[in-house]
Amino acid sequence: MEPVLKIEHIEKYYGNRGSLTKAVDDISFDVEKQEFVAIMGASGSGKTTLLNCISTIDRVTSGHIYMNGKEITKLKGNALNRFRREELGFIFQDFNLLDTLTAYENIALALTIQGKKAKDIEKQVKGIAKKLNITDVLKKYPYQMSGGQKQRVASARAMITNPTLVLADEPTGALDSKSARMLLENFEYLNESFQATILMVTHDAFTASYASRVIFIKDGKIFHELKRGEDSRKEFFDKIIDVVTLLGGDLNDVI
Amino acid sequence: MLFKLSLKNLKKSIKDYAIYFFTLILGVSIFYIFNSMETQTVFLNVTSSTREIIQMMITMLSGVSVFVSFILGFLIIYANQFLMKRRKKEFAIYMTLGMSKQKISQVLLIETLFIETISLAVGLFLGVGLSQLMSVFVANLFEADLTEFTFIFSKEAMIKTLIYFGIMYLLVMIFNTISVGRCKLIDLLQANKKTEKIKLKNPVLCVLLFLASCISLGYCYYQVTAGAMNLTVNDIGKLMLIGAISTFTLFWSLSGMLLKLFQSIKPLYYRNLNMFVLRQLASKVNTTVFSMTVISLMLFLTIGILSSALSLKNSMTANLKELAPIDFQAYKEWNLYDIPAEQQQYVYTEEEKQDSLIPIQETLAKLNIPESYFKDVVVSHYYGSNEVTYETTLGTKRDYVSQSFPAIHWDYQELLMPISEYNALAKLLGSPTYELKDDEYIVIADFDQMVTIRDEILKDKPDLTLKGNTYHSKYDHVVEGFTEMSSNHINTGIYLVPDDAVDDSMLVEEIFSANYNADTEEGKYEIETAIQEPSETAYAEGMTTLSATSKIAIYEASVGLGAMVTFIGLYLGMIFLISSAAILALKELSESSDNKDRYAILRRIGTDEAMIKKALFLQIACFFLLPLLVASIHSIFGIRFASIVLSTFGDEQLLPSIIMTALFLIAIYGGYFILTYFCSKSMIKEK
Repeated sequence: MEPVLKIEHIEKYYGNRGSLTKAVDDISFDVEKQEFVAIMGASGSGKTTLLNCISTIDRVTSGHIYMNGKEITKLKGNALNRFRREELGFIFQDFNLLDTLTAYENIALALTIQGKKAKDIEKQVKGIAKKLNITDVLKKYPYQMSGGQKQRVASARAMITNPTLVLADEPTGALDSKSARMLLENFEYLNESFQATILMVTHDAFTASYASRVIFIKDGKIFHELKRGEDSRKEFFDKIIDVVTLLGGDLNDVI
Repeated sequence: MLFKLSLKNLKKSIKDYAIYFFTLILGVSIFYIFNSMETQTVFLNVTSSTREIIQMMITMLSGVSVFVSFILGFLIIYANQFLMKRRKKEFAIYMTLGMSKQKISQVLLIETLFIETISLAVGLFLGVGLSQLMSVFVANLFEADLTEFTFIFSKEAMIKTLIYFGIMYLLVMIFNTISVGRCKLIDLLQANKKTEKIKLKNPVLCVLLFLASCISLGYCYYQVTAGAMNLTVNDIGKLMLIGAISTFTLFWSLSGMLLKLFQSIKPLYYRNLNMFVLRQLASKVNTTVFSMTVISLMLFLTIGILSSALSLKNSMTANLKELAPIDFQAYKEWNLYDIPAEQQQYVYTEEEKQDSLIPIQETLAKLNIPESYFKDVVVSHYYGSNEVTYETTLGTKRDYVSQSFPAIHWDYQELLMPISEYNALAKLLGSPTYELKDDEYIVIADFDQMVTIRDEILKDKPDLTLKGNTYHSKYDHVVEGFTEMSSNHINTGIYLVPDDAVDDSMLVEEIFSANYNADTEEGKYEIETAIQEPSETAYAEGMTTLSATSKIAIYEASVGLGAMVTFIGLYLGMIFLISSAAILALKELSESSDNKDRYAILRRIGTDEAMIKKALFLQIACFFLLPLLVASIHSIFGIRFASIVLSTFGDEQLLPSIIMTALFLIAIYGGYFILTYFCSKSMIKEK
């Protein structure tokens, strides 16, 4: 089967000839459909740059990224925006909800910019709200919600367009442990019942342990890769911690 | 080093300063143009009395300039404070790096100096350029021919502009220094943190309040148009207060109301970025209700002032051809001995009393004004009788009349004129003549308010009794007409009666009407000057009660007054327009940092750039249009009210001035709008 995301030897350099920083240095990997992949690395390891390249927010210096077999590094202008709103769903650390809109409207926005009809929008928003257990907060504004609720609303916005790939950048970064657990359980649920493909960037081993595969990055290169397989989450978590220890140094500091 | 820093800062924040800069330049150039009026009018070829009016106008304009400089001063300080707020973080960085407050003040001082020098230079340059255009307009207003083009530069106006704006800029610098001095580092660092929560309003309350505001505004509109005739000064004040409060509540409820309205039209609300735009607008209007109200009222003033001032001038000169068709008229009261003491407004000298018993031509001869000056002479007379007073003619509608003219003297006599004398005068004035049967009378009048009242009374064709004879009204309405020249329709009513209805014992006033005995304009001017002086001294020395008016005097007074009103209207109107547009633009830009975040989110979730631009455009357009729309609706009724009360200008004169006003609005207000849009667009751009 064709992988959803295929990354081939991508590189991202910053600076000029005199002082070159290789933020991403020849990384290749595939993500299969319905996979839940976590990318782990210390700050400065290049994991956010990698995510930005995949989400087309940033451009690669060299290499190719294929999404469902389509090259996306060459996309420009409106084709790029179209790709972003139809194929990708974003979940950010700081939620990125519009403070002037209610939860309902924030979720609906993802559909209105695709030109969907009001009638369909209502059905879809209510449907996903029920699944993510946020029906009660639909009428609230972001400032009236807790962090966990906000992040679930953001997830609903990311998922409602049925994206090929959901990208999550430190989704639990701004949440307390209880909310984080709830959100990650939601991710698992989305991953299973929506057959959503999720790519998540994190530096937190606990968060990563919810994934089905973890890719470790150090200095812009893939350092290691772990598959959960038949392990329980606890066992998988222990394995991750082992790698983190191996990675050593600064990642430990972060945790 | 500080100098370099200041320059770099300016370069960096040139976008932020665009509105401020634009406002300064406009302010300076308008200030210069209106203060250089003296130099502009020096070259005009006009008579001495017009020159006097121009002198008066210049004095008034310089008085208005003081007021204008206050408005501009507040505006500049406000705009500057706004810019300071935007730069709090920058100051914080300087302070954490250990720069002293004095040093920061110095940086600011250099910056302000730069901006001010450049804006003054550009503004003056623009002002000098535009004043060349203005002088053509001035010549046109005073109906003087501009014989040849002269480049006009007023040194006095330039110095005045420099001094006035120098003081304003000095104030700005002082304010800046004070506000830097009062800064606390912790506040500066946290200045960027959003503390404002979205205020929520009860939508039901909004809808109710909106309806209530509409109803109370409707009431005001009705009162100032349909009920305009019955308003006292007190009522007008009350209506203005109600109007202002209703405007405030209108804006208070408007956003919630609109939101509710559009939310109920789901296909529209959930379409592209519509809901985002609406929410943006709602949150902005919510936080700026007060300034929106002030701006809307200022715009209303602007539109009112501009269009009324422009059309007043038009109508003043338009009426003249009809109302001042002959060169000269003189009036003299007859037999001052007979006027009851309580009706005498002032104590007459014996000489005046004697003079009131001789025919008007003899008085003129006595004043060394020879008959040879005149041709087409017509002498007519007013008669009066205690049988025909306001009481007898208007008494049946006493309450109705008192409403409009509370100070009316009911025992005063109506003016009567024999039909043959009137017809002779009418022929000279170019008005229609009338035939009367022996037992008929006609009422002529052209003062609107009085015409309405008299029409109401003449509907029943009341009879008139004079010396035992009864007269019937020929028509059931007033006939439009006048006997005395003036710049406006002011004839409140004259009864035309058959010749034998009156006799010499009833004589009250004599009118002498004539044309000057000259064929050329110059010849007429010569006679005018020759008559002016002796008649003025005679009047002043109490030799006679003779009073005179001439076509030339009426024209010059009207044209001069018209021009004066126009200039002051233009001046104030433009300053108000700039102020409201600038405040609006700054308000819009002040939230650009919040906006930046919001538009960044839209981009991240994949919104098309075109859609984002459209949303931004819509948002700013609505923000600018809302107060303008409310102001325009106010203005429709305001102008109507003005035209009813002044009863001078008709619709055909209003149209060109409204078009002119619209052009001004589009140029200045539209300019600010475009500038705001481009500034915002570059602010929300992704780095």
